[in-house]
Amino acid sequence: MIRLQPRAEPSKLMGYIAPLIALVITLLSGMVLFALLGVPVGAAFYAFFIEPVSSLYGLSELGVKAAPLIMIAVALSIGYRANVWNIGAEGQLILGGICGGAVALYFYEVDAWYVLPLMMLAGVIGGMLWAAIPALLRTQFNANEILTSLMLTYIAGLLLSLLVHGPLRDPDGFNFPESRLLHDAATLPIIMQGTRLHIGALTALFIVVIGWVLLSRTMLGFALKVNGQAPNAGRYAGFTQNRLIWFSLLFCGACAGLAGLNEVAGPIGQLLPSISPGYGFTAIIVAFLGRLHPVGVVFAGLVMALSYLGGESAQISLNLPVAVTGVFQGMLLFFLLAADVLINYRVVWGRARTARRPSSEHGASL
Amino acid sequence: MFVSSVFKAASLRKVSLALVAALLSFSSASVLAADPVKVGFVYVGPIGDHGWTYRHDVGRLAIEAEFGDKVETTFVESVSEGADAERVIRKLASDGHDLIFTTSFGYMNPTNKVAKAFPDVKFEHATGYKRADNVSTYSARFYEGRAVLGTMAGMMTKSNVIGYIGSFPIPEVVRGINAFTIAMRKVNPEAEVRVVWVNSWYDPGKESDAAKTLIDQGADIITQHTDSPAPLQAAQERGVMGFGQASDMSAFAPEAQLTSIIDDWNEYYVERTRAVMDGNWESQDVWDGIDSGMVAFAEYGANVPDDVKAAADAIKEGIVDGSFHPFQGPIKNQAGEEVVAEGAVLGDDVLLGMDYYVEGVQGALPK
Repeated sequence: MIRLQPRAEPSKLMGYIAPLIALVITLLSGMVLFALLGVPVGAAFYAFFIEPVSSLYGLSELGVKAAPLIMIAVALSIGYRANVWNIGAEGQLILGGICGGAVALYFYEVDAWYVLPLMMLAGVIGGMLWAAIPALLRTQFNANEILTSLMLTYIAGLLLSLLVHGPLRDPDGFNFPESRLLHDAATLPIIMQGTRLHIGALTALFIVVIGWVLLSRTMLGFALKVNGQAPNAGRYAGFTQNRLIWFSLLFCGACAGLAGLNEVAGPIGQLLPSISPGYGFTAIIVAFLGRLHPVGVVFAGLVMALSYLGGESAQISLNLPVAVTGVFQGMLLFFLLAADVLINYRVVWGRARTARRPSSEHGASL
Repeated sequence: MFVSSVFKAASLRKVSLALVAALLSFSSASVLAADPVKVGFVYVGPIGDHGWTYRHDVGRLAIEAEFGDKVETTFVESVSEGADAERVIRKLASDGHDLIFTTSFGYMNPTNKVAKAFPDVKFEHATGYKRADNVSTYSARFYEGRAVLGTMAGMMTKSNVIGYIGSFPIPEVVRGINAFTIAMRKVNPEAEVRVVWVNSWYDPGKESDAAKTLIDQGADIITQHTDSPAPLQAAQERGVMGFGQASDMSAFAPEAQLTSIIDDWNEYYVERTRAVMDGNWESQDVWDGIDSGMVAFAEYGANVPDDVKAAADAIKEGIVDGSFHPFQGPIKNQAGEEVVAEGAVLGDDVLLGMDYYVEGVQGALPK
């Protein structure tokens, strides 16, 4: 029988390099997978990991794809550190897109400098309002924020669908559920000519810096971490838990809302029934892959974005199925979780020594 | 993204087999080929959806079968209709594809954006309305097929309740519901259509749930404007009838499928590829129906009586020879007001933006 026995002192170093280990094992498994599919391994690796970023344009696309993941994941990390489990960043993103997009459509005829800042403000506020609902429910009624924030995501999706089928629909669009295309005054400036890399990528970096300063240089960040690791100690130290919950959710709502606005005013350029391919959910994986650390999240976000681009490139150049992307992402997370288990637990062969008190070891039998 | 469906798993195996075969043939063929024409496809679903995307992929294979090593085809599947689409289309264009088919409505703006940047590449966008010198649009008059299905359903229903599973309340789908209902009420004024919207083109779980709900509400015939065989499978399980969608789905529901509309893009795709090869490709707007073969049908199921077959055939022939039009007046809306007068026929401009239900459809159209 195999048992898992908790380690007295899990290695901190291993905790940091676990994502790298997971990445390496994923690559090795990928080689086996490609070999089994009968694809030349070298060509497949080139198509998946090198080709997408081998040109300036490819790099810019990596930035376009990674920016929303990174900015949401940084905000999620802060909440997760404080034991606030916001699963609904996707919904907050959608609300940001709706509010920002609605402002753009309201000022459709206006060509002025203030349109874009207003849109960004509306996006941030929209995301915050949506995140305020689970915060209120949690602090007032102790309702689990995992459930409420997740369910609000579906409501947000349906709200967007309602709006683009009705009030925000393009009047000249044959009733198709799309808004008008946003004017130049309502679209984010491009920071690299000839690409789609917009200033949203800079806001992502800005949020990374804010997140890092917040977590490692401020009292608030310290309070958040203490609350997550030892709630009782936090209470003893005088940190108000409800304020931390409010802060975590509102900050994440603001970042996700801005990410949503960036998509609508950036690469999409209009409101559609669906404005995000699940960025809010993928960001949860990015947050954990980045060890809930703003700098780690940057790397994790880039790796995750690359896996999407690589999947497309592998389809185009090698006719590999799109499922390869999902398989790679799945393996990466699986190996990371496996590595985490092995860091925190020791694998023990044989029967439990203290048969009378098996629970004392917290051992999970496999 | 992590949850890869059974369909994807199945198609993975198929694709890997095909891949090995393709690699073997490719290595020998590429030596001889002199600069083949490259044709790219962007799909909204997986090629294993057995519906919409599957039929476009059959069209892609028809190009390969027709031109052999004179063409090279590529596809990217399950491309979401947001920010990702532009990147995929641009990548195909910059990789030297000469002709690119973007096969879902949501690719309209990205296709036109990329087309501006690549004036030498030809683009074909399915079901849209924006064109340019290097962007054509094409679609099929599926509503003609819906009129055939509606006739059959009206004659065969016993409960006089037909369940209709809709994807999104866009004109294309509303048009189909109305064409179906008008034809149904002509042969059976008592029958009514109930619609459930699933807000997805491809979601077997939701589609199946919708079918079961409709059957529980008394529907004895199920029809759908979503892409998976799940509703038809639900019909088969519950012992009611249904129609396949986009391709022949009788393998999934041998008793339940009465017939199926088949999207046949093969001829169009081959023709357009030939036009690029011959250098006479021009931007156009194509909206073809039963007449051209773009809208085809599966064999009638074993449970279809002869008189129903005859009536359905008569509608098909009437549409081809012009004696029957699915939107011929008098047509009444849900409030009972006449919207098309006796003898008049709805024009394409109205059909393209259809946003109301006709009499006989239950419930309000979501707006």
